Amino acid sequence: MRNGHISKVGALSVAAIVAAIAVACATPPTDREISAKATEMLKTSFKARGQAGMDRLDQDETQRLCTQYAGKEIPKDVSERIEQLNLQAVKWPSDGNYLGDFKNGERVAQEGRGKQFSDDPKGPVGGNCYACHQIGPQEVSFGTIGPSLRHFGKLRGYNDDIRKYAFGKIWNADAYAACSNMPRFGHAQILSEQQVKDLVALLMDPESPVNK
Amino acid sequence: MKFDYTCVAARAGMLAFSAAIAGGVTVALAQDSTVEGIAKYRAALQDGNPAELWEARGEGLWKTARGPNKVSLQKCDLGLGPGVVKGAYAQLPKYFADGDRVMDLETRIVHCMVTLQGYTLDDAKKNPYGSSDRKADMEAFVAYVTAESRGIKMNVSDKHPKEQEAYRLGEKMFFFRGGSHDFSCATCHGEDDKRIRLQDLPNLMKAEGAQKAYTTWPAYRVSQGELRSFQWRLYDCFRQQRFPELEFASDASIALTTFLARNANGAAFDAPAIKR
Repeated sequence: MRNGHISKVGALSVAAIVAAIAVACATPPTDREISAKATEMLKTSFKARGQAGMDRLDQDETQRLCTQYAGKEIPKDVSERIEQLNLQAVKWPSDGNYLGDFKNGERVAQEGRGKQFSDDPKGPVGGNCYACHQIGPQEVSFGTIGPSLRHFGKLRGYNDDIRKYAFGKIWNADAYAACSNMPRFGHAQILSEQQVKDLVALLMDPESPVNK
Repeated sequence: MKFDYTCVAARAGMLAFSAAIAGGVTVALAQDSTVEGIAKYRAALQDGNPAELWEARGEGLWKTARGPNKVSLQKCDLGLGPGVVKGAYAQLPKYFADGDRVMDLETRIVHCMVTLQGYTLDDAKKNPYGSSDRKADMEAFVAYVTAESRGIKMNVSDKHPKEQEAYRLGEKMFFFRGGSHDFSCATCHGEDDKRIRLQDLPNLMKAEGAQKAYTTWPAYRVSQGELRSFQWRLYDCFRQQRFPELEFASDASIALTTFLARNANGAAFDAPAIKR
């Protein structure tokens, strides 16, 4: 290859030789450099539209760490830090009651709209839970990214610990599993406290179809 | 290219109608048979793809003298030399020395509209995604050019440093978590055999998934009555990811397309396809 270059030297301008050497000798950018460039690229490749402003691309510490370790094993100290950070941020219901209305919970679980630039900012906003989970027995159109929640309360017991866990998990999934695929519905102000309670009821009320 | 327009349109209408009925009936059945029904519906769709209408319109527009310079796009170099359309899409995105950057098909068409036809950049990028009352020329161009690569093996280059960089930037984009919902591309496209509702999700981190997905775009979307380009596919994924709007022919869109297209290398291109 080197010989090939030399034999063509006469035909090449000095500038072209310099460019060829630069290409041949340039070391590829480091992972850190590519990450920094990708972040810059995002800023010039997206534009604010509707309710989705450019601040949607500003990562908090959890998003930043989860991006950094995506596709790799997360070191234990990092995953513990993420979980601790998010658990501390859970706003527990002031009245100590986790259980809302399971019928409304079903509506929240079905509703897929909310927070997209194409959605009406005035709502409705749902959890779109069926996109990823099996929940009620009557709904056959459910996704499989998350585990089945069928018989959630029946299998785990109708007690306050599990109710509290369900509330916390829906409010901020990363508090229990760092870099979960599940949105942090309460933490990110996607759903209201009442909507989260209604979802807890859907999972934990003995009368909910989920537990029938 | 000869065919009966009325016949294709009528068949598409019939299919959409029977699909709506099939959809209504299957809801009552158990999920397995619903999935089976969807598979049958998809198979039925393959007979008669309205994408042909976009292909024909695109070919016509491609060969028509247009723009301030009143020339056609027939001299456009899509990477295999001026005027070569056959097989061009299967090796895109690639580095183009005349722009000193990596371009995907749509970006390259914009480049040709500007340099050959004399359009302004803004005019060339205008209206990339059509609707029933305002068809997009870009989607017609995309249909025509991609159809000319049907059956040809994907062969996206990684020789040029800028091609290597675009791939790595695209990979970073794929894993970038953000927005109100913490979603990245990998949230939905990083595991085998997952679904959203009943929609199968390709695992784009594996060659098989990337190949199957990438080689079947662009596609005629029955639910929208439009042919959708790969740029549109990414735009709509990010909408659902709760990100701001991905700009048409932006650097991020080109980088992500480079990442996905090269992961599909080796598979025969098979689009424009037809999807629900």
